[in-house]
Amino acid sequence: MRIVYTDVLVVGGGLAGLRAAVGARRRGHDVIILSLVPPKRSHSAAAQGGMQASLGNTAKGEGDNEDIHFEDTVRGSDWGCDQQVARLFTHTAPKAVRELAAWGVPWNRVEAGTREVVMDGRRVSLSERPEAHGLIAARDFGGTKKWRTCYVSDGTGHAMLYAVSDRTVAEGIPVHERMEAIALIHDGTRCHGAVVRNLVSGELSAYVARATCIATGGFGRIYRVSSNAVINEGMGAAIALETGAAMLGNMEAVQFHPTTIFPAGILVTEGCRGDGGLLRDAAGHRFMPDYEPEKKELASRDVVSRRMEEHIRAGKGVKTRFGDHLWLDITLLGAAHIDGRLREVKEICQHFLGIDPSRDLIPVRPAQHYSMGGIRTDAQGHARGLRGLFACGEAACWDLHGFNRLGGNSVAETVVAGMIVGESMADFVESASGDLQVSTGLVRDFVEAEQARLDALLQGKGSENAGELMRRMQDIMTDKVGIFRNGELLSAAVEELQALLVRSRQIGITTRRPGANPELVTAYRVQKMLKLALCVAWGALQRTESRGAHYREDFPRRDDAQWLKRTLATWGDAFQTLPTLTYEPLDVASMELPPGWRGYGARDAIEHPLTAGRVSEIAAIRQAFGHADRFTVQQALMAYEHLVPERFRGRNARLEEAS
Amino acid sequence: MSDPRILTLRVLRSSPSEGLAPHWEDFRVEEAEGMTLFIALNEVRETLAPSLQFDFVCRAGICGSCGMLINGRPGLACRALTRDLGPVITLAPLPVFELIGDLSVNTGKWMRGTAERLQTWIHAQAEPDLTALEAPMEPALAEAIYELDRCIECGCCVAGCGTLRMREDFVGAVGLNKIARFRLDPRDTRTDEDLYALIGDDTGVFGCMSLLACHDVCPKGLPLQTQIAFLRRKMARTGL
Repeated sequence: MRIVYTDVLVVGGGLAGLRAAVGARRRGHDVIILSLVPPKRSHSAAAQGGMQASLGNTAKGEGDNEDIHFEDTVRGSDWGCDQQVARLFTHTAPKAVRELAAWGVPWNRVEAGTREVVMDGRRVSLSERPEAHGLIAARDFGGTKKWRTCYVSDGTGHAMLYAVSDRTVAEGIPVHERMEAIALIHDGTRCHGAVVRNLVSGELSAYVARATCIATGGFGRIYRVSSNAVINEGMGAAIALETGAAMLGNMEAVQFHPTTIFPAGILVTEGCRGDGGLLRDAAGHRFMPDYEPEKKELASRDVVSRRMEEHIRAGKGVKTRFGDHLWLDITLLGAAHIDGRLREVKEICQHFLGIDPSRDLIPVRPAQHYSMGGIRTDAQGHARGLRGLFACGEAACWDLHGFNRLGGNSVAETVVAGMIVGESMADFVESASGDLQVSTGLVRDFVEAEQARLDALLQGKGSENAGELMRRMQDIMTDKVGIFRNGELLSAAVEELQALLVRSRQIGITTRRPGANPELVTAYRVQKMLKLALCVAWGALQRTESRGAHYREDFPRRDDAQWLKRTLATWGDAFQTLPTLTYEPLDVASMELPPGWRGYGARDAIEHPLTAGRVSEIAAIRQAFGHADRFTVQQALMAYEHLVPERFRGRNARLEEAS
Repeated sequence: MSDPRILTLRVLRSSPSEGLAPHWEDFRVEEAEGMTLFIALNEVRETLAPSLQFDFVCRAGICGSCGMLINGRPGLACRALTRDLGPVITLAPLPVFELIGDLSVNTGKWMRGTAERLQTWIHAQAEPDLTALEAPMEPALAEAIYELDRCIECGCCVAGCGTLRMREDFVGAVGLNKIARFRLDPRDTRTDEDLYALIGDDTGVFGCMSLLACHDVCPKGLPLQTQIAFLRRKMARTGL
C-alpha cells in the first residue's frame, strides 16, 4: 500500500483549490493538489463575464462599496445566505482582484473620456473620470445596483485560472494530475486524507494529510442539460457525504442560467445582457420589461430564467424539432464591441451554431449552471461534522449564495474563499488539533474497502448498465427537478431515483481492465451521483416554499415564517436510499439586512415573526449612531471582522475615498 | 430530406500500459444535426467501444483538453462539426506528447514542464499591497496582453511543429508566445537579458525553422507568426 504524507491535501485544481494551496504553501506548509485534469483545464476556465468586486472605478460604479455589494448579494440569495460570510466576502473581493492584477491578470482598464454604450436598448454616452484612467474597469451584471463586475474581455475565468495556476508553479506546489479522490479517510470525527485512484493506471494509494480541502466544484452533470464541463460530477461533495459525518447544505438550491445556446447548453455570458443585449421571443418582441419593469433583462438569474420558461409556456418561444427556445439579441452592440469584449461568445456562435452574433440572433434557453449547495462549512471553510476537512468554492456551502447566486459572484468566491481557507488550513495545521494521529491500519482498511468495491464492479456478475443509469438520472433531474417544481413531479423523481440507486448496486461492466477504464469510472461515479441527485430532489420535495432558484408551483411564496432555514443532508448508512435531512435556522435577530423585497421578482413573502422587530432595532441603531462613518455603523449592526484573517483586514482604498 | 449520413470514425487505438500496439479501428455512427466529434465519440463509447479513451472537459472550445489529429491536422475535437468533414474521419492522438492511450495524451505534464522551464509567471520585486489602489495600466496594453494570454495550451501548435519532430527540447510556439506575453507585461520585471537566458538558443527562439504550422493550426488564432518573428529580432539584438 502506497501512502503519501503531506500537511495539506487539496482535492481539485480549479481556482478555489489553487488559491487555497498557494495560501497554505506561503505559510510554510507542504501542499499537494490532486486534479482530474491538468489544472488549467478546470471548469473555472469557462467563467466568461467577470468577477464582482466593489472597486468603484467606472462612472456607473462610482460610489460603490462593500455595503452595496453586500446588500445585492443578500437580496440575490433571497435571504438564504449567511450574512456574515457575505460581509467577509465583499470585504475581501477587492483585495482578491488587486492580488490577481499583481499576479498578471490583464483586467480590462478604464479609458478616460466619453464613449458610447448600450443601456436598456438605447445608445447613450458615458463619461469616465480622468483620474480613473488605467484603473480596473467593470461591466454591468444582473441583480446589482452598480457596475461592479471586473472582467478580461469574456475570458475572465481563463485569465484568472492561468495566473493562479502559474502562481502555484512559481510556489513549487506539486499537482498530481489525473488523480481522483474516491473516498475520505476518517474515524467518524476527524478526516485524515483520501483514498486516491490513478485514472491512468487504476492504482489506489492513500494520501494522508493533516488538513484536507475539497475544491472539486459543482455537480451540474447530474442534469442532462447543463452548462457545466463534463467533469463536474460532484465527486468531492459525494465523498464527503459518504463519510456519514460531514453534511451537505441546501442541495436543492440549483441555479439555471438564462442564456445557454440551444440545444447544446453551452454558456454565453451574462455579460451579453450586462453590456446591453436583449431577450426576444419568436415574434421579435422584447418581453422581459413586461414581466420585470425594474430590472428587465438584468434581474437575478433565477428570476430571468423563470420568466423565460414562463414565456415559452405561454407559447411565445421559437419552435424547433429539438424543442422551444428564445433569442438573445446582441446585434445592437455592434461588431467592434463583440470583437473586443465578447469574443468567446462570438467564437462559440461561429463554431457551434455557424452564425455571426453581430448580425444574427442567438438561440438560447435556460440550463442548469451552478450548485449553490455543497459541503456545509463554517466561515473559515472548516466542514461541519468532520475536523480536518475543509471545502471552498462551488463544492462548499459556507453559504455565500443562499438560494440564488449573483452572476460574477462565483469566480470572485473561488479566489476569496481560497484566500480565506488557505489561511484557516494553515492555522489548523499549526495548532494542536492539526496534529496527525492516524493509524496506518485505519488507512489500510479504507484502501482495502475501496479496492473491494472496485473489484466487485470489475469482476462481479451485475447486469445493470452504468451509462444507462446515468442517462436516466440526468433525464429525471432535468425533467422533474428543474426550474418549475411541484410535489407531484418531485415525488415521482425521488421514487425513480431511489430505484436507480438500488439498481446501481448491481452494475456490471464489460471492460474488465483495471487501468484506464472509462466504463469503470462511470460505474463508480454514478453510484455517488445518484446520492447527490437524491439530496437535491428530496430536499426540494420537503421545502414547501419558493426561494431564489427553488421554485414550487404548489407553494409559490417565499415563506420566511417556516423556511428561513438551511437544509442539511447526511448519509449515515451506506444502504439507506434517502438522505437524512435536518434543518439549521437562520437567525433574523442578528441579520444586518432583514428579509424584505429583493427589488425584482415576487413581493408576496410570508414574513418571519422576528423581522419587524429586527427592522426597528436596526433603525434605532442607525439613528443612535447619527453621523458615524459607515464602518462604525456596520460594526454595530453585525460584527464580522473577527472572521477576516489578519492579513486581509485592512480597508479597501477607492478613488473617492483616497482623494 | 435525405437520409442521414453514416460516418466512419477511423481511430488510431493503442494502450501502452497493456502493451497494445497502435492499430486503426473503424466505428460507424449515424450523423445527427449539429453533431460534433464530442458527440460522435461519446456515442461510440456508449454504444460500441466502452474502453475508448479520449479527453473532453468543457466541450465548448475553451479548456484545450481535446486536441487531436483530425484527418491528420491538429484541432479541437469538441468544436469540429461533422458536417464540415467527409464520411470517413481519421482520428489520432497528438504526436510529441506522452501517449496515455487511444486519443488521450499527457499535455499536462508537457505544459507544466514548459511553465517551470520558462518561469511563466510575473516576476515582481515586492508583494502587492492589497488595500491600496491597483497600479494603473494603459487600456490598450491590457488588451494586447490578453491577446497573447488567450492561449489554452491545447498542444495543437506543438503537434504541428516541424522543429519539435527533430529536437524534442524545443520550447514550441506555446512557449515562445508565453515569453512574448510576459515581455509585454510591465508588471514582470525581467529584462530581455533574463529572457535571452531562457530562449536565446536553438532550443528556444533560434531553433524555429519558420515553417509556422503552429500559426495555421492554432484554434484561438493567436498571432504566433508575428510574435515569433518579433521575439527573434529582439533576442538577436539582445545577444549581440
